[in-house]
Amino acid sequence: MVARAAREIAPGMVVNLGIGLPTKVVDHLAADFPVCLHTENGLSGIGPTLPPEAANRNLIDAGGAYVSTVPGSAFFDSAVSFALVRSGRLDLTMLGAFEVAETGDLANWKIPGKFSPGAGGGIELAQKARRVIVLTTHTDRAGNPKLKAACALPITARACVNRVFTDLAVIDITPQGFALRELAEGVSIAEVTEATGAALVLPDGDVPTF
Amino acid sequence: MRLPDKTCAIEDAIARIPEGATVMVGGFGVPGTPFTLIRELVRQGQRNLTIIKNDANEKGMGIDHLIANGQVARLITTHIGLNPRAIEMLNAGHLAVEFNAQGILAERVRAGGAGLKAIVTDIGLDTELAHGKPRIEIGGQPAMVETALRADAALIHAHRADVFGNLDYVATARNFNPLMAMASDLVIAEAEAVMPLGDLAADEVHTPGPFVDHVVGLTEISEEYQVVRRQA
Repeated sequence: MVARAAREIAPGMVVNLGIGLPTKVVDHLAADFPVCLHTENGLSGIGPTLPPEAANRNLIDAGGAYVSTVPGSAFFDSAVSFALVRSGRLDLTMLGAFEVAETGDLANWKIPGKFSPGAGGGIELAQKARRVIVLTTHTDRAGNPKLKAACALPITARACVNRVFTDLAVIDITPQGFALRELAEGVSIAEVTEATGAALVLPDGDVPTF
Repeated sequence: MRLPDKTCAIEDAIARIPEGATVMVGGFGVPGTPFTLIRELVRQGQRNLTIIKNDANEKGMGIDHLIANGQVARLITTHIGLNPRAIEMLNAGHLAVEFNAQGILAERVRAGGAGLKAIVTDIGLDTELAHGKPRIEIGGQPAMVETALRADAALIHAHRADVFGNLDYVATARNFNPLMAMASDLVIAEAEAVMPLGDLAADEVHTPGPFVDHVVGLTEISEEYQVVRRQA
Protein backbone atom coordinates (compact mmCIF):
# COMPACT_ATOMS: atom_id res chain seq x y z
CA MET A 1 0.00 0.00 0.00
CA VAL A 2 2.80 2.41 0.85
CA ALA A 3 4.69 1.34 -2.27
CA ARG A 4 1.54 1.85 -4.33
CA ALA A 5 0.97 5.28 -2.77
CA ALA A 6 4.51 6.31 -3.73
CA ARG A 7 3.50 5.93 -7.39
CA GLU A 8 1.08 8.86 -6.91
CA ILE A 9 4.06 11.21 -6.73
CA ALA A 10 4.77 12.58 -10.20
CA PRO A 11 8.12 14.00 -11.28
CA GLY A 12 8.49 17.69 -10.43
CA MET A 13 5.95 17.78 -7.61
CA VAL A 14 6.25 19.63 -4.29
CA VAL A 15 5.01 17.14 -1.69
CA ASN A 16 4.35 17.15 2.07
CA LEU A 17 4.20 13.74 3.72
CA GLY A 18 2.27 13.76 7.01
CA ILE A 19 3.40 12.16 10.25
CA GLY A 20 3.03 8.37 10.53
CA LEU A 21 2.37 6.05 7.62
CA PRO A 22 2.85 8.74 4.91
CA THR A 23 6.44 9.35 6.06
CA LYS A 24 7.29 5.82 4.94
CA VAL A 25 6.36 6.65 1.34
CA VAL A 26 9.75 8.28 0.87
CA ASP A 27 11.44 4.88 1.24
CA HIS A 28 9.84 3.87 -2.06
CA LEU A 29 11.18 6.77 -4.13
CA ALA A 30 14.33 6.23 -6.20
CA ALA A 31 17.32 8.31 -5.09
CA ASP A 32 17.34 10.23 -8.39
CA PHE A 33 13.56 10.76 -8.58
CA PRO A 34 12.91 14.49 -9.24
CA VAL A 35 10.68 15.65 -6.38
CA CYS A 36 10.80 18.37 -3.69
CA LEU A 37 9.69 17.23 -0.24
CA HIS A 38 8.44 19.98 2.06
CA THR A 39 8.16 19.92 5.84
CA GLU A 40 6.14 22.60 7.56
CA ASN A 41 8.75 23.41 10.20
CA GLY A 42 10.74 25.18 7.49
CA LEU A 43 12.53 23.10 4.87
CA SER A 44 12.05 22.39 1.18
CA GLY A 45 14.23 19.62 -0.17
CA ILE A 46 14.24 17.02 2.61
CA GLY A 47 17.09 14.53 2.39
CA PRO A 48 17.40 11.09 3.97
CA THR A 49 16.57 10.55 7.65
CA LEU A 50 19.69 10.24 9.81
CA PRO A 51 20.43 8.13 12.90
CA PRO A 52 20.94 10.21 16.09
CA GLU A 53 24.73 9.86 16.00
CA ALA A 54 24.84 11.46 12.53
CA ALA A 55 22.14 14.06 13.22
CA ASN A 56 22.30 17.84 13.12
CA ARG A 57 20.52 18.94 16.33
CA ASN A 58 18.97 21.89 14.44
CA LEU A 59 17.59 19.89 11.54
CA ILE A 60 14.38 17.91 12.03
CA ASP A 61 11.16 17.34 10.13
CA ALA A 62 7.74 18.21 11.55
CA GLY A 63 7.50 14.76 13.12
CA GLY A 64 10.73 15.28 15.05
CA ALA A 65 12.87 12.91 12.94
CA TYR A 66 16.44 13.97 12.25
CA VAL A 67 16.59 14.64 8.51
CA SER A 68 19.17 16.02 6.12
CA THR A 69 19.29 18.39 3.18
CA VAL A 70 19.94 17.73 -0.51
CA PRO A 71 21.69 20.01 -3.01
CA GLY A 72 19.20 22.85 -3.54
CA SER A 73 17.43 22.69 -0.17
CA ALA A 74 16.09 25.89 1.41
CA PHE A 75 15.23 26.86 4.98
CA PHE A 76 12.50 29.38 5.87
CA ASP A 77 10.34 30.55 8.77
CA SER A 78 6.90 29.21 9.67
CA ALA A 79 5.02 32.01 7.89
CA VAL A 80 6.84 31.36 4.62
CA SER A 81 6.34 27.62 5.08
CA PHE A 82 2.56 27.95 5.24
CA ALA A 83 2.47 30.65 2.55
CA LEU A 84 3.77 27.86 0.31
CA VAL A 85 0.94 25.57 1.47
CA ARG A 86 -1.94 28.06 1.34
CA SER A 87 -1.03 29.73 -1.95
CA GLY A 88 -1.25 26.57 -4.03
CA ARG A 89 2.45 25.70 -4.37
CA LEU A 90 1.99 22.36 -2.60
CA ASP A 91 1.03 19.83 -5.27
CA LEU A 92 0.29 16.89 -3.01
CA THR A 93 -0.02 15.95 0.62
CA MET A 94 -0.46 12.49 2.10
CA LEU A 95 -2.17 12.37 5.48
CA GLY A 96 -3.44 9.85 8.00
CA ALA A 97 -7.12 9.69 8.99
CA PHE A 98 -9.53 8.68 11.73
CA GLU A 99 -12.48 9.02 9.35
CA VAL A 100 -13.06 9.96 5.72
CA ALA A 101 -16.56 10.81 4.50
CA GLU A 102 -17.89 9.97 1.04
CA THR A 103 -18.00 13.73 0.45
CA GLY A 104 -14.24 13.95 1.03
CA ASP A 105 -14.52 15.39 4.55
CA LEU A 106 -11.49 14.43 6.65
CA ALA A 107 -11.32 13.91 10.43
CA ASN A 108 -7.80 13.29 11.68
CA TRP A 109 -7.03 15.61 14.59
CA LYS A 110 -9.31 15.06 17.54
CA ILE A 111 -11.22 12.32 19.35
CA PRO A 112 -13.19 14.24 22.00
CA GLY A 113 -12.30 13.08 25.52
CA LYS A 114 -9.51 10.79 24.29
CA PHE A 115 -7.12 12.55 21.94
CA SER A 116 -6.92 16.32 21.61
CA PRO A 117 -3.33 17.38 20.94
CA GLY A 118 -4.23 20.11 18.42
CA ALA A 119 -4.21 20.02 14.64
CA GLY A 120 -0.77 21.52 14.05
CA GLY A 121 -0.40 22.17 10.33
CA GLY A 122 -2.97 19.54 9.34
CA ILE A 123 -5.85 21.89 8.64
CA GLU A 124 -3.91 23.94 6.14
CA LEU A 125 -2.41 20.87 4.46
CA ALA A 126 -5.83 19.25 4.08
CA GLN A 127 -7.61 22.42 3.01
CA LYS A 128 -5.04 23.86 0.59
CA ALA A 129 -2.82 21.17 -0.94
CA ARG A 130 -3.79 20.73 -4.61
CA ARG A 131 -4.26 17.00 -4.10
CA VAL A 132 -4.96 15.27 -0.79
CA ILE A 133 -4.33 11.56 -0.44
CA VAL A 134 -5.18 9.65 2.72
CA LEU A 135 -3.23 6.60 3.84
CA THR A 136 -5.04 4.59 6.49
CA THR A 137 -6.16 1.19 7.59
CA HIS A 138 -9.58 0.44 6.13
CA THR A 139 -11.07 -0.11 9.59
CA ASP A 140 -10.13 0.97 13.12
CA ARG A 141 -8.74 -1.41 15.76
CA ALA A 142 -12.27 -2.45 16.75
CA GLY A 143 -13.07 -3.26 13.12
CA ASN A 144 -15.31 -0.24 12.53
CA PRO A 145 -15.19 1.36 9.07
CA LYS A 146 -13.09 4.51 8.74
CA LEU A 147 -14.70 5.29 5.39
CA LYS A 148 -18.20 6.54 6.21
CA ALA A 149 -21.16 8.42 4.82
CA ALA A 150 -20.35 11.30 7.19
CA CYS A 151 -17.65 11.97 9.78
CA ALA A 152 -18.77 11.66 13.39
CA LEU A 153 -15.54 13.18 14.75
CA PRO A 154 -14.61 16.88 14.54
CA ILE A 155 -13.45 17.50 11.00
CA THR A 156 -10.09 18.81 9.85
CA ALA A 157 -11.38 20.14 6.51
CA ARG A 158 -14.47 19.64 4.40
CA ALA A 159 -14.51 18.04 0.92
CA CYS A 160 -10.72 17.91 0.74
CA VAL A 161 -9.77 14.26 0.15
CA ASN A 162 -9.24 13.10 -3.45
CA ARG A 163 -8.10 9.48 -2.96
CA VAL A 164 -7.74 6.95 -0.13
CA PHE A 165 -5.18 4.15 0.07
CA THR A 166 -5.98 1.41 2.57
CA ASP A 167 -4.71 -2.06 3.31
CA LEU A 168 -7.64 -3.35 1.21
CA ALA A 169 -8.14 -0.97 -1.69
CA VAL A 170 -7.59 2.26 -3.58
CA ILE A 171 -10.76 4.37 -3.45
CA ASP A 172 -11.47 7.74 -5.06
CA ILE A 173 -13.82 10.40 -3.77
CA THR A 174 -16.18 11.22 -6.64
CA PRO A 175 -19.38 13.23 -7.02
CA GLN A 176 -21.12 9.82 -6.68
CA GLY A 177 -19.25 9.02 -3.45
CA PHE A 178 -16.60 6.34 -2.83
CA ALA A 179 -15.48 4.67 -6.07
CA LEU A 180 -13.39 1.49 -5.98
CA ARG A 181 -10.31 1.77 -8.23
CA GLU A 182 -7.96 -1.02 -7.17
CA LEU A 183 -7.90 -3.99 -4.81
CA ALA A 184 -5.01 -5.18 -2.67
CA GLU A 185 -3.78 -8.55 -3.83
CA GLY A 186 -5.97 -11.37 -2.49
CA VAL A 187 -8.79 -9.05 -1.37
CA SER A 188 -12.31 -9.46 -2.80
CA ILE A 189 -14.79 -6.75 -3.71
CA ALA A 190 -17.16 -8.23 -1.11
CA GLU A 191 -14.56 -7.79 1.64
CA VAL A 192 -14.06 -4.11 0.74
CA THR A 193 -17.80 -3.47 0.54
CA GLU A 194 -18.26 -5.12 3.93
CA ALA A 195 -15.51 -3.01 5.52
CA THR A 196 -16.75 0.29 4.05
CA GLY A 197 -19.33 2.30 5.96
CA ALA A 198 -20.98 3.86 2.90
CA ALA A 199 -22.03 2.90 -0.60
CA LEU A 200 -19.16 1.89 -2.89
CA VAL A 201 -19.37 2.59 -6.61
CA LEU A 202 -17.91 -0.41 -8.46
CA PRO A 203 -16.13 -0.16 -11.80
CA ASP A 204 -17.27 -1.93 -14.93
CA GLY A 205 -15.15 -4.98 -15.64
CA ASP A 206 -12.12 -6.24 -13.76
CA VAL A 207 -10.62 -4.34 -10.84
CA PRO A 208 -6.82 -4.01 -11.01
CA THR A 209 -4.82 -5.27 -8.03
CA PHE A 210 -1.81 -3.75 -6.31
CA MET B 1 28.26 56.83 14.74
CA ARG B 2 28.27 53.50 16.46
CA LEU B 3 25.41 51.06 16.99
CA PRO B 4 24.63 50.51 20.68
CA ASP B 5 25.68 47.40 22.61
CA LYS B 6 22.67 45.42 23.93
CA THR B 7 24.48 42.53 25.57
CA CYS B 8 22.95 41.84 28.94
CA ALA B 9 23.18 39.47 31.89
CA ILE B 10 20.47 36.82 31.61
CA GLU B 11 19.20 37.52 35.15
CA ASP B 12 18.64 41.21 34.36
CA ALA B 13 16.94 40.55 31.02
CA ILE B 14 14.47 37.97 32.38
CA ALA B 15 13.79 40.09 35.50
CA ARG B 16 12.05 42.59 33.22
CA ILE B 17 9.24 40.07 32.60
CA PRO B 18 6.45 40.76 35.13
CA GLU B 19 3.93 38.40 36.74
CA GLY B 20 0.96 37.85 34.44
CA ALA B 21 2.93 38.64 31.29
CA THR B 22 2.21 37.25 27.85
CA VAL B 23 5.41 35.65 26.59
CA MET B 24 6.17 34.39 23.07
CA VAL B 25 8.68 31.54 22.93
CA GLY B 26 10.39 30.52 19.68
CA GLY B 27 11.06 26.96 18.60
CA PHE B 28 9.44 23.99 16.88
CA GLY B 29 10.32 20.96 18.97
CA VAL B 30 13.95 21.24 20.06
CA PRO B 31 15.38 23.41 17.26
CA GLY B 32 15.03 27.12 18.03
CA THR B 33 13.70 26.67 21.56
CA PRO B 34 15.51 29.13 23.90
CA PHE B 35 16.10 26.56 26.65
CA THR B 36 18.51 28.74 28.64
CA LEU B 37 16.18 31.76 28.79
CA ILE B 38 13.32 29.45 29.79
CA ARG B 39 15.43 27.96 32.63
CA GLU B 40 16.04 31.45 34.00
CA LEU B 41 12.33 32.26 33.81
CA VAL B 42 11.69 29.07 35.79
CA ARG B 43 14.36 30.07 38.34
CA GLN B 44 12.87 33.56 38.81
CA GLY B 45 9.38 32.08 39.01
CA GLN B 46 7.08 34.73 37.48
CA ARG B 47 3.57 33.28 37.58
CA ASN B 48 0.24 33.53 35.78
CA LEU B 49 1.95 33.68 32.39
CA THR B 50 0.30 33.33 29.00
CA ILE B 51 2.74 31.45 26.78
CA ILE B 52 2.54 31.61 22.98
CA LYS B 53 4.53 28.77 21.42
CA ASN B 54 4.06 26.37 18.51
CA ASP B 55 4.20 23.32 20.78
CA ALA B 56 4.64 22.45 24.47
CA ASN B 57 8.05 20.78 23.95
CA GLU B 58 8.37 17.34 25.53
CA LYS B 59 8.00 16.35 29.17
CA GLY B 60 11.05 17.57 31.09
CA MET B 61 12.16 19.98 28.38
CA GLY B 62 11.69 23.65 27.51
CA ILE B 63 8.36 25.20 28.43
CA ASP B 64 7.32 21.96 30.14
CA HIS B 65 9.44 23.23 33.08
CA LEU B 66 7.25 26.36 33.23
CA ILE B 67 4.07 24.28 33.05
CA ALA B 68 5.29 21.82 35.70
CA ASN B 69 6.27 24.75 37.94
CA GLY B 70 2.71 26.12 37.82
CA GLN B 71 3.79 29.34 36.08
CA VAL B 72 1.58 28.97 33.00
CA ALA B 73 -2.10 29.94 33.17
CA ARG B 74 -2.75 29.85 29.47
CA LEU B 75 -1.09 28.40 26.39
CA ILE B 76 -1.69 29.61 22.83
CA THR B 77 -0.33 26.88 20.57
CA THR B 78 -0.87 24.55 17.62
CA HIS B 79 -0.01 21.05 18.84
CA ILE B 80 0.90 19.60 22.27
CA GLY B 81 0.90 15.91 21.34
CA LEU B 82 4.46 15.27 22.55
CA ASN B 83 3.80 16.58 26.06
CA PRO B 84 1.53 14.25 28.07
CA ARG B 85 1.72 16.57 31.10
CA ALA B 86 0.24 19.46 29.11
CA ILE B 87 -2.52 17.20 27.77
CA GLU B 88 -3.32 15.90 31.27
CA MET B 89 -3.46 19.44 32.67
CA LEU B 90 -5.65 20.55 29.75
CA ASN B 91 -8.03 17.63 30.32
CA ALA B 92 -8.11 18.31 34.09
CA GLY B 93 -8.89 21.99 33.53
CA HIS B 94 -5.60 23.16 35.08
CA LEU B 95 -4.24 24.70 31.91
CA ALA B 96 -6.23 26.81 29.45
CA VAL B 97 -5.15 25.95 25.91
CA GLU B 98 -6.09 27.84 22.76
CA PHE B 99 -5.33 25.83 19.61
CA ASN B 100 -4.54 27.45 16.27
CA ALA B 101 -3.83 26.15 12.80
CA GLN B 102 -0.04 26.33 12.63
CA GLY B 103 0.34 28.73 9.73
CA ILE B 104 -2.42 30.90 11.15
CA LEU B 105 -0.56 31.20 14.45
CA ALA B 106 2.47 32.26 12.41
CA GLU B 107 0.42 34.86 10.51
CA ARG B 108 -1.25 36.18 13.67
CA VAL B 109 2.22 36.73 15.15
CA ARG B 110 3.51 38.23 11.91
CA ALA B 111 0.52 40.59 11.79
CA GLY B 112 1.17 41.65 15.39
CA GLY B 113 4.79 42.27 14.47
CA ALA B 114 3.75 44.33 11.48
CA GLY B 115 1.50 46.58 13.52
CA LEU B 116 -1.69 45.13 12.04
CA LYS B 117 -4.84 44.35 14.00
CA ALA B 118 -5.98 41.08 12.40
CA ILE B 119 -5.81 38.77 9.43
CA VAL B 120 -8.67 37.40 7.32
CA THR B 121 -8.59 33.74 6.29
CA ASP B 122 -10.69 30.77 5.21
CA ILE B 123 -8.44 28.30 7.07
CA GLY B 124 -10.43 26.26 9.57
CA LEU B 125 -13.78 27.82 8.63
CA ASP B 126 -15.52 24.43 8.80
CA THR B 127 -13.82 23.36 12.02
CA GLU B 128 -14.41 23.99 15.69
CA LEU B 129 -11.44 26.41 15.64
CA ALA B 130 -13.83 28.86 13.97
CA HIS B 131 -16.15 29.04 16.97
CA GLY B 132 -16.62 32.57 18.24
CA LYS B 133 -14.59 34.22 15.49
CA PRO B 134 -16.24 36.95 13.37
CA ARG B 135 -17.24 35.68 9.93
CA ILE B 136 -17.17 38.01 6.96
CA GLU B 137 -17.48 37.69 3.20
CA ILE B 138 -14.61 38.62 0.88
CA GLY B 139 -15.27 38.60 -2.86
CA GLY B 140 -18.37 36.51 -2.33
CA GLN B 141 -16.45 33.85 -0.38
CA PRO B 142 -16.81 33.17 3.35
CA ALA B 143 -13.87 34.03 5.58
CA MET B 144 -13.16 34.80 9.21
CA VAL B 145 -11.20 37.29 11.24
CA GLU B 146 -8.25 36.10 13.31
CA THR B 147 -6.87 38.76 15.65
CA ALA B 148 -3.19 39.68 15.55
CA LEU B 149 -1.02 38.57 18.45
CA ARG B 150 1.49 40.64 20.37
CA ALA B 151 3.26 39.82 23.60
CA ASP B 152 4.86 41.63 26.51
CA ALA B 153 8.05 39.65 25.95
CA ALA B 154 9.57 37.26 23.42
CA LEU B 155 12.24 34.67 24.15
CA ILE B 156 14.28 34.00 21.01
CA HIS B 157 17.02 31.48 20.20
CA ALA B 158 19.47 32.71 17.56
CA HIS B 159 22.46 30.99 16.01
CA ARG B 160 24.55 34.17 15.95
CA ALA B 161 23.96 37.69 17.22
CA ASP B 162 26.05 40.79 17.06
CA VAL B 163 26.10 43.06 20.07
CA PHE B 164 23.45 45.34 18.52
CA GLY B 165 21.01 42.43 18.29
CA ASN B 166 21.19 41.58 14.61
CA LEU B 167 20.34 37.87 14.53
CA ASP B 168 20.60 34.90 12.26
CA TYR B 169 19.13 31.43 12.62
CA VAL B 170 20.27 28.04 11.43
CA ALA B 171 18.43 25.20 9.65
CA THR B 172 14.97 24.38 11.07
CA ALA B 173 15.74 26.37 14.24
CA ARG B 174 14.37 29.43 12.44
CA ASN B 175 10.62 28.52 12.55
CA PHE B 176 8.71 31.05 14.73
CA ASN B 177 11.77 32.95 16.01
CA PRO B 178 12.00 35.76 13.42
CA LEU B 179 8.22 36.30 13.59
CA MET B 180 8.09 36.49 17.39
CA ALA B 181 11.16 38.74 17.45
CA MET B 182 9.02 41.39 15.74
CA ALA B 183 5.83 40.97 17.77
CA SER B 184 6.78 41.74 21.36
CA ASP B 185 7.44 44.85 23.43
CA LEU B 186 10.50 43.28 25.06
CA VAL B 187 12.63 41.00 22.90
CA ILE B 188 15.33 38.89 24.59
CA ALA B 189 17.56 36.85 22.29
CA GLU B 190 19.95 34.14 23.42
CA ALA B 191 22.67 33.37 20.88
CA GLU B 192 25.17 30.55 20.50
CA ALA B 193 27.76 33.11 19.39
CA VAL B 194 27.83 36.84 20.12
CA MET B 195 29.98 38.75 17.66
CA PRO B 196 31.43 42.24 17.39
CA LEU B 197 29.65 44.77 15.19
CA GLY B 198 30.39 44.07 11.54
CA ASP B 199 31.11 40.38 11.93
CA LEU B 200 27.56 39.45 10.99
CA ALA B 201 27.32 40.70 7.40
CA ALA B 202 24.34 42.95 6.66
CA ASP B 203 23.13 40.55 3.98
CA GLU B 204 23.14 37.63 6.42
CA VAL B 205 20.88 39.22 9.04
CA HIS B 206 17.50 37.47 9.47
CA THR B 207 16.19 39.66 12.32
CA PRO B 208 17.36 43.30 12.22
CA GLY B 209 18.78 44.64 15.47
CA PRO B 210 16.20 47.41 16.04
CA PHE B 211 13.64 44.71 16.96
CA VAL B 212 15.83 43.29 19.72
CA ASP B 213 16.21 44.70 23.26
CA HIS B 214 18.66 42.34 24.95
CA VAL B 215 21.31 39.91 23.71
CA VAL B 216 22.34 37.06 26.00
CA GLY B 217 25.38 35.01 24.97
CA LEU B 218 25.20 31.30 25.74
CA THR B 219 28.19 29.99 27.64
CA GLU B 220 27.21 26.36 27.12
CA ILE B 221 24.89 24.31 24.95
CA SER B 222 23.10 22.19 27.52
CA GLU B 223 21.77 18.69 26.95
CA GLU B 224 18.29 19.99 26.17
CA TYR B 225 19.57 21.48 22.90
CA GLN B 226 21.16 18.21 21.87
CA VAL B 227 18.48 15.59 21.97
CA VAL B 228 15.11 14.50 20.86
CA ARG B 229 14.30 12.29 23.80
CA ARG B 230 11.19 10.79 22.30
CA GLN B 231 11.77 7.31 20.95
CA ALA B 232 10.32 6.86 17.48
